[in-house]
Amino acid sequence: MWRILAALTAFLLLATSPEAQETPVQDLLAQNRDLISESSRRTIGPAIDAIAESGLPEAQVVLQKWQNREMWLRESDGMFFWAEEIDRDTLRIFDFDTGDDLGEVPDDDFDQIKPNSGIRALIGAALVRFQLTDPNPARRRDALQAIERDAEAAHLEPLRASIPDEPDPAIRAKKERLERLLTISFDAYEAARLEAIGDVSGDISLDVRGTLNPLLQTRRKVVEGEIPGTDNVARQLTPGSDALPRAEAYAMLVDADMAPARVSDADLMNALTANIDGALVGGVPVAQLNTIEARERAYRALMAEDIVPPFVSEEEIDTALSTHTFYDSYLERSTAVTDAAEDAMTAITRNVGASQAIDLTLDALSLASIFFLAAIGLAITFGVMGVINMAHGEFIMMGAYTGYVVQQVIPNYTVSILVALPLAFAVTFAAGVAMERLVIRWLYDRPLETLLATFGISIALQQIAKNIFGTQARPLTSPEWLDGALVINDVIGISYIRIAIFVLALIFLCIFLFIMKKTRLGLETRAVTQNPRMAASMGINPDKVNMLTFGLGSGIAGIAGVAIGLFAKVTSELGQDYIVQSFMTVVVGGVGNIWGTLAGATMIGFFQKGVEWLNPSNTLAAQTYMIVFIIIFIQFRPRGIIALKGRAAGD
Amino acid sequence: MRQSFFARNPSVVIFLCCLAAFTLVVSLLSEGAGTGFISTSFIKTLGKTLCLCLIAVAMDLVWGYTGILSLGHFAFFGLGGYMIGMWLMYERTRDIVVSSMANAQIPPTEQEVVDAIGTQIFGVVGSSEFPLVWAFADSLVLQLAMVVLIPGLLALVFGWLAFRSRVTGVYLSILTQAMTLALSLYLFQNDSGLRGNNGLSGLQNLPGVEASQAVVSIWFLWASAVALGLGYMLAAWVVSGKFGSVIRGIRDDEARVRFLGYSVEGYKLFIFVLSAIIAGIAGALYYPQAGIINPAEVAPIASIYLAVWVAIGGRGRLYGAVIGAAFVSLVSTWFTGGQVPSLDIGFYRIDWVEWWQVILGLSFVIVTLFAPKGIGGLFDLITDRVRPDRHGADYGPDKGSFQEAEGRE
Repeated sequence: MWRILAALTAFLLLATSPEAQETPVQDLLAQNRDLISESSRRTIGPAIDAIAESGLPEAQVVLQKWQNREMWLRESDGMFFWAEEIDRDTLRIFDFDTGDDLGEVPDDDFDQIKPNSGIRALIGAALVRFQLTDPNPARRRDALQAIERDAEAAHLEPLRASIPDEPDPAIRAKKERLERLLTISFDAYEAARLEAIGDVSGDISLDVRGTLNPLLQTRRKVVEGEIPGTDNVARQLTPGSDALPRAEAYAMLVDADMAPARVSDADLMNALTANIDGALVGGVPVAQLNTIEARERAYRALMAEDIVPPFVSEEEIDTALSTHTFYDSYLERSTAVTDAAEDAMTAITRNVGASQAIDLTLDALSLASIFFLAAIGLAITFGVMGVINMAHGEFIMMGAYTGYVVQQVIPNYTVSILVALPLAFAVTFAAGVAMERLVIRWLYDRPLETLLATFGISIALQQIAKNIFGTQARPLTSPEWLDGALVINDVIGISYIRIAIFVLALIFLCIFLFIMKKTRLGLETRAVTQNPRMAASMGINPDKVNMLTFGLGSGIAGIAGVAIGLFAKVTSELGQDYIVQSFMTVVVGGVGNIWGTLAGATMIGFFQKGVEWLNPSNTLAAQTYMIVFIIIFIQFRPRGIIALKGRAAGD
Repeated sequence: MRQSFFARNPSVVIFLCCLAAFTLVVSLLSEGAGTGFISTSFIKTLGKTLCLCLIAVAMDLVWGYTGILSLGHFAFFGLGGYMIGMWLMYERTRDIVVSSMANAQIPPTEQEVVDAIGTQIFGVVGSSEFPLVWAFADSLVLQLAMVVLIPGLLALVFGWLAFRSRVTGVYLSILTQAMTLALSLYLFQNDSGLRGNNGLSGLQNLPGVEASQAVVSIWFLWASAVALGLGYMLAAWVVSGKFGSVIRGIRDDEARVRFLGYSVEGYKLFIFVLSAIIAGIAGALYYPQAGIINPAEVAPIASIYLAVWVAIGGRGRLYGAVIGAAFVSLVSTWFTGGQVPSLDIGFYRIDWVEWWQVILGLSFVIVTLFAPKGIGGLFDLITDRVRPDRHGADYGPDKGSFQEAEGRE
């Protein structure tokens, strides 16, 4: 009530005040004074629009000050000013027209305009047009972002107007792109929209797809007889097809009041229950109602007495469906636009498919490099030495836990990773050598028992890790420069960690090749592998070579553990998750050949990603199919992809 | 002059007598018989142990006698359990559904009963339809047949593929491990039709049986004992005589047996399938006593433990496998059950629940290294079984057992 009074008083004051300056801005504000001081989100729209579209040079300042809660209303004459608060009771006011400092005044006579956040957002949208031509490039970028988030038809004109004067080429490109998108959505002329759609055809960015998709939205409709010509038909539907199941089609008819509702099983049961008359329903004994036919018979009897709604038979449903036409109709009226949009979307879908294929390839490569990292140590112990090491997975786990412990000591993630890698190698190298000396060397002639003995070590190590570190997952945090992802476009992206692992896998391949082909140890290892007795008679100590080779394989497992720990949770079961896959990698690739391991890892990685792509919701299925595939693959190449030939093949 | 089977294999007679005596004594001391010295849950543990002994016998056939280290026999065990579990769960749910629907005013149709059972069983995995694999779940006879057929068929297909392409040794071990991993991953899926990781539960309740669990546990103890006795005799019969010689020959030198004109693949396949069937039967008896089966049961680790039992008990002799399975699984239950007092060694308190696995793992390494004959080897000390003097290191029953020359290096 008092508000009206205040407005009235203000009006009177305004009318009588000798100070009232008749400038366009004050006029405009005065016209909208009630709306502005009411500050309601629902009603404020016209006031903002009036100011924004007034074309007055002061409009931007007014809106900005208003948005920043710096606009004040002088109650005595209804004039608006922008003001700074000097202290609790004093204001320094400025004139909107000239920007002149009008001096400090007590704030008794002034009312602060306090727009709420909803109104401030509306003002922000109106301000966009001014910001598009703002001299500050950052502001212009912000404005473009604001338009992208919440585009309106009103933005199109100012955006277009701002393009020719845009000095910054990057922002200009952005503006032009946004102008195309807004043209598609809002331009009044069909030809312009068609041209814009043609321009973005094939562009896979999310914003383009976001612009085109609303054009292609459809509504499902049903009519009796022919489709009216006014509708822009997307497709006609046949009831009973996958797109429109029969029950759904009939439900549409019922919803549109074009057909009587079907009596559902539950309704039928309720009707029968409600009409039990002694031991009979519709003349049928209740005890006999345990078949569908008997129930229908009873229901029809009730129907004949007009007690229950009519039963719709299957034939009646079919007739009803056949006399009606079901179709999807575009919300967009113009056929040309929807056709062009469909074409553009087809092109986009094709390009998205291509990009997804590339993305999938990258994913598969990264998975392959993980498998390769996990398997390369095994390729040495199993492939080169012929020793099955079931504890290999536990060596991976030990490496990961070493990384975790190092991170507890050294807080800097970059340094700790650089320390952890060699330390993990040292720890697992020592463990490997110890295991070889204590257990494996006694069992070189009994491969199956090596398998079991190393399995015993594996469960012991796993339990020890559980006792020390507990069962909960321990984090191994990657350095900041490995966070984030390399994004190529809206579809293709790969995280830096995965790239790092890929690089690490390549480095290991090179190191392995170097050691095997160029060093004394490699030469001796190959000699011992091929013929231990001959090698021994050449002065090579097979015991020492075996020990070092085993240690090398185990050490690499430790480093792989650090790498795997960076993206997987470190638990005592970490190794178990990789051990079977690692064996598969080595077996599929071909034992005794590093290129085989590489090929095996690549094949398994690609196969698994491929299956996941076919059935993305189910990674378990992907693993199942992969193993089945490997079992079958072994049928055709029992010695792996790259099989050793001749004497080196052994047994 | 041919002696009878039992006369030639006195160990079988001794074993059967021990088994019968054990079963009788346990039954008499049970709650079901009224004396109550042994709790029903321990009777179930003993019954389950007998089933584990049976699969250990199967494992010994495959590994100890034929030299195929299968790391996937629990896949067959689990499949057997799933097959019987489907019937148990279906019929029990049916009983519940029918009794709850009996109160309805209008009698239910056949289809409504089946739908309600489906909703009951598959509600946890967000479905109510019966998948194809449940087609015979309402028939005990067919499901019992499937207990034998499904593991047998899987073993036949897998074994045929593997043996045909001459996958041997550690490759075969890894391949069998992959098989059981694939099976468990498959079963873990909700849409595999066997309730995903929920598995089948409530299997201890026999449909239509009013008797208390105390009595039912005795039935299963007896059934397990009979199955073990029969399985043991069958295995003993298979490995005695000519057939046994051939498969031992395959274990010791596969190529030589092949060159002598035997169809090595056929023999291996027969043993593999036979042991899979025995494993399936063992599983079908085990899981009604356990009450629940889920895909974790067929995870690769279980099958490796099976190999551990047989190795500790002593492979290449059937009673060794039985002793190993019984000893290790009972001791495991004892340790992991938290009934062993913790040991305080001053600076650290050893909690056996946590450290038992470590001991098991290390003792397994020690057995492998120093006592390849396992516990069963102790019997050689009492009996007058003199091992042939081969003038070389004894590797135990395995690929290397006759290769003294290499052993001396």
